[in-house]
Amino acid sequence: MDVHFSQEALKEINRIIAQYPKERKNSALLPVLHVVQKETEGWLSPETMDKVASILEIKPIEVYEVVTFYTMYFTKPVGKYVIEVCQTGPCMICGSDHIIKYLEDKLGIKVGETTPDNIFTLRAVECLGACGYAPMLQIGEQYYEHLTEEKLDQIIHELGSKHSDKY
Amino acid sequence: MGLQLLLEHINKPEIETIDGYIKHGGYRTLDKVLGKMSPDEVTEEVKTAGLRGRGGAGFPTGLKWTFLDKSTDKPRYLLCNADESEPGTFKDRLIMQKIPHLLIEGMILSSYALGCRTSYIYIRGEYMFILRILEKAIKEAYAKGFLGENIKGSGYSLDLYVHPGAGAYICGEETALIESLEGKRGNPRIKPPFPAVSGLWGCPTIVNNVESICTVVPIVNMSGAEYAKIGIGRSTGTKLISASGNINKPGVYEIELGLPVEEFIYSDEYCGGIKGGLELKACVPGGSSVPILPKHLLLKESNGNPRLMTYESLSEGGFETGSMLGSGGFIVYDEKQCIVKNTWTFARFYHHESCGQCSPCREGTIWLDKVLYNIEHGLGKESDIDLLWDIQHGIEGNTICPLGDAAAWPVAAAIRHFRHEFEYHVRYPHRVKDEDHVYQPEMNYRTA
Amino acid sequence: MKVTIDDISIEVPPGTTILEAARMIGENVPPTMCYYSKLEGSGGKCRSCLVQVTKGSEKDPRPMPKLVASCRTTVMDGMEVRNTTSPDVISARKSVTEFLLINHPIDCPICDQAGECDLQDLSYEHGLSKSRYDFKKRVFEKIDIGDYIQMHMTRCIMCYRCVMVADQLTPERVHGVLNRGEAAEISTYIKKAIDNEFSGNMIDVCPVGALTDKTFRFKSRVWFTKPVYAHRDCKTCSGKVTLWYQGAEVLRVTGRKDRWHEVEEFICNDCRFHKKDTADWVIESAAPVSRHSVISQNHNVYEVPVVRKKLQENNKPE
Ligand SMILES: Cc1cc2nc3c(=O)[nH]c(=O)nc-3n(C[C@H](O)[C@H](O)[C@H](O)COP(=O)(O)O)c2cc1C
Ligand code: SF4
Ligand code: SF4
Ligand code: FES
Ligand code: FES
Repeated sequence: MDVHFSQEALKEINRIIAQYPKERKNSALLPVLHVVQKETEGWLSPETMDKVASILEIKPIEVYEVVTFYTMYFTKPVGKYVIEVCQTGPCMICGSDHIIKYLEDKLGIKVGETTPDNIFTLRAVECLGACGYAPMLQIGEQYYEHLTEEKLDQIIHELGSKHSDKY
Repeated sequence: MGLQLLLEHINKPEIETIDGYIKHGGYRTLDKVLGKMSPDEVTEEVKTAGLRGRGGAGFPTGLKWTFLDKSTDKPRYLLCNADESEPGTFKDRLIMQKIPHLLIEGMILSSYALGCRTSYIYIRGEYMFILRILEKAIKEAYAKGFLGENIKGSGYSLDLYVHPGAGAYICGEETALIESLEGKRGNPRIKPPFPAVSGLWGCPTIVNNVESICTVVPIVNMSGAEYAKIGIGRSTGTKLISASGNINKPGVYEIELGLPVEEFIYSDEYCGGIKGGLELKACVPGGSSVPILPKHLLLKESNGNPRLMTYESLSEGGFETGSMLGSGGFIVYDEKQCIVKNTWTFARFYHHESCGQCSPCREGTIWLDKVLYNIEHGLGKESDIDLLWDIQHGIEGNTICPLGDAAAWPVAAAIRHFRHEFEYHVRYPHRVKDEDHVYQPEMNYRTA
Repeated sequence: MKVTIDDISIEVPPGTTILEAARMIGENVPPTMCYYSKLEGSGGKCRSCLVQVTKGSEKDPRPMPKLVASCRTTVMDGMEVRNTTSPDVISARKSVTEFLLINHPIDCPICDQAGECDLQDLSYEHGLSKSRYDFKKRVFEKIDIGDYIQMHMTRCIMCYRCVMVADQLTPERVHGVLNRGEAAEISTYIKKAIDNEFSGNMIDVCPVGALTDKTFRFKSRVWFTKPVYAHRDCKTCSGKVTLWYQGAEVLRVTGRKDRWHEVEEFICNDCRFHKKDTADWVIESAAPVSRHSVISQNHNVYEVPVVRKKLQENNKPE
């Protein structure tokens, strides 16, 4: 399968590569993977990773090693919105368990699963650096803090209703 | 509010823009330093100030800078550690989000002192929205001639870039951060060699926390000697404390080091007391890695003196009765909180974040996680408590990087001070209903 | 430079590590599960070689605050080290052994490595008799990586040696470490054969039975085979090998291992996998077998020559 990136993405990739010394092109791997993952429906297939390897002139295995190390890269398809709820100590004592439970019930899925319509994926993650504004979650680049049930309803509606009447 | 050196202008309108920042005195250090002070003089100021690393270890920043190997003609690098992933810590984020130019100004001064031509800010991947703020601010700074070739005609040139991580606490460890910046897995390196001799791409490198670098700005502004007058003893200056947990006013506070812990918790200027009028039970004063303290040890040192927010006072008594200031992640627990459950979430965190290179951490952290999971969920045995103790002891001090210690200490401290809660859990097991579980025992990073 | 380990002193050249010094002394040598003197950058990971430095050096006599990995710590003049005479070291080694075993299947009866496994040796010496780990162990599927090597990840201890072999000996590495923490595994990610002239050396460096020779598997237990040194004229490698005989049949070919279970020279796949006829080889002598090895139970015992010179050559300080 051929993998194609958009012109903007290629431009962004080149901008990123230019931030490192010429002979250290491979240092751009993490930021380039972020750009690429956005291009490819939020996850990285082996073909995509091979393409990144060839752009950065490294071995494919070096890309696989990196992708599987970091939690923000996905190697399997995910929903349109990946909801990541923080569950570490400070959030836990402020009620993150309840937030997770509420979302599980609301979306009808368990942590780690994706809704059948492929709109939401629910994950429980570790501290996101918002402990003082707990409980919190992240969707894409956006943080949602001081969560309540009403806020969750609102978030799900706002994002989900763009794609399905269900929400 | 006490003295505010970093956060003074945080709520001023448009402080995030370069014009707003300059209006409130930003970037004036450049005129004072570039071409006027020698790099060594800047380092000397930082040394005189007694600034200690704000990332967790508290190592004197000026002294660290003098370790940079200047004998080679290789380029040197300054890396700003904005990985901020220690549970309980969210202070660097505030600065970068609200006053990004403070960090840029600090980076220029520090890079100048170290003789760096290129520097990087390594920011955790989840803070992508802050990366955008920083990149915008850097663009503004280039446009004004504060970055790039020949800054303000001084002959000094600096390029500054932001590099995102992608979800790995371990990349806050300085050698893992370097590996990650090089586009690799975040496996900490085996030291020596230290980064100051061989770091990024084999070149001499200094890694400093966001807050440490920002603090160079007020130090240069007011002089190191003046800065050193703030605080107590070897804990000089102000420190950002991230306050979270069951308090009335969670948030980031800039305190003068030396503030009594009691005042910090109960004063309306700071945490504003415990939420809902409940009792204070315990506190983790320096981020999840440092030992938890019960109320009586938190407020008083072992000699009965009030405990203060300083590196020395918080660690008074060693781990028997003390803790650490660490990164200043101040997590407060009210009387209703379960220490066992909290300890389990921390153990799960370290299990999740271990890079897996060395056996005590790779195998020990999952073991701690599983045993604590059992105890918390009513499946524990009396002997598990001693087992936990043995496991943490087997990890501590035996690993490549301090993540192993960070995983061991919270467990040790919880057992040391709250053994009765563990005993209660194993003697009166309450099986938590299945749907209350949020734990995924077999974690697989490849799937969501 | 003078270094004293467990009260025995020795003079060593600058840059020597504590482990190398201990090997030169030849007694009380710390066990090594990940270090491999012929692989650059190896060591530091398993933590089984931890020792206590009770005196840093003549110049700075302070003890080191933590136990250090002897394989990655260089000697200072006047350094004093405790290995088996330190209760802390013994206790740490016991913990490390326990950690290495909690997820290990301990399936020695069906493992090809049994009898020449470093983990088996380590657990004999430092292991507890009973496991305190009452959870399900981590398991992985066995996979074939290419025609000659089988990968049994469940047994792997993550020493990274095979990755270093692939990096340092072969033109293109196709396998590596995937995932992190306790989920880390050695894999090719997408099914790929590891196929190049030197890949077979991964089998020799693997301290456990995670990488095994498919052309040998299950044919025999090691201790029923008889090792014999032999050589041939090979264009790719030195051609110096050990042949493992059962009766008149060559069951497998490996590199020649020294007293520390390290190969003296890496050999090519042609010698290893395709030359299984006595006629292919010039036989030299029966291979020396270490006295504690289970292999020796069925053989004459040969005195082990200390390959000190070789060791020093290979361990030249960076
Ligand atoms: C596991 C681990 C995680 C760390 N995470 C961070 C971090 O997120 N931010 C940080 O500034 N320092 C972190 N550190 C400390 C750094 O290794 C390093 O000491 C620090 O960046 C030095 O800067 P400073 O001297 O200015 O504090 C971490 C250390 C370890 C061992
Ligand atoms: S202590 Fe843990 S995180 Fe640090 S190197 Fe070892 S396995 Fe990796
Ligand atoms: S497969 Fe063998 S050589 Fe490779 S890392 Fe695992 S134990 Fe080490
Ligand atoms: S614990 Fe949830 S953001 Fe820190
Ligand atoms: S042999 Fe030294 S740490 Fe593994």
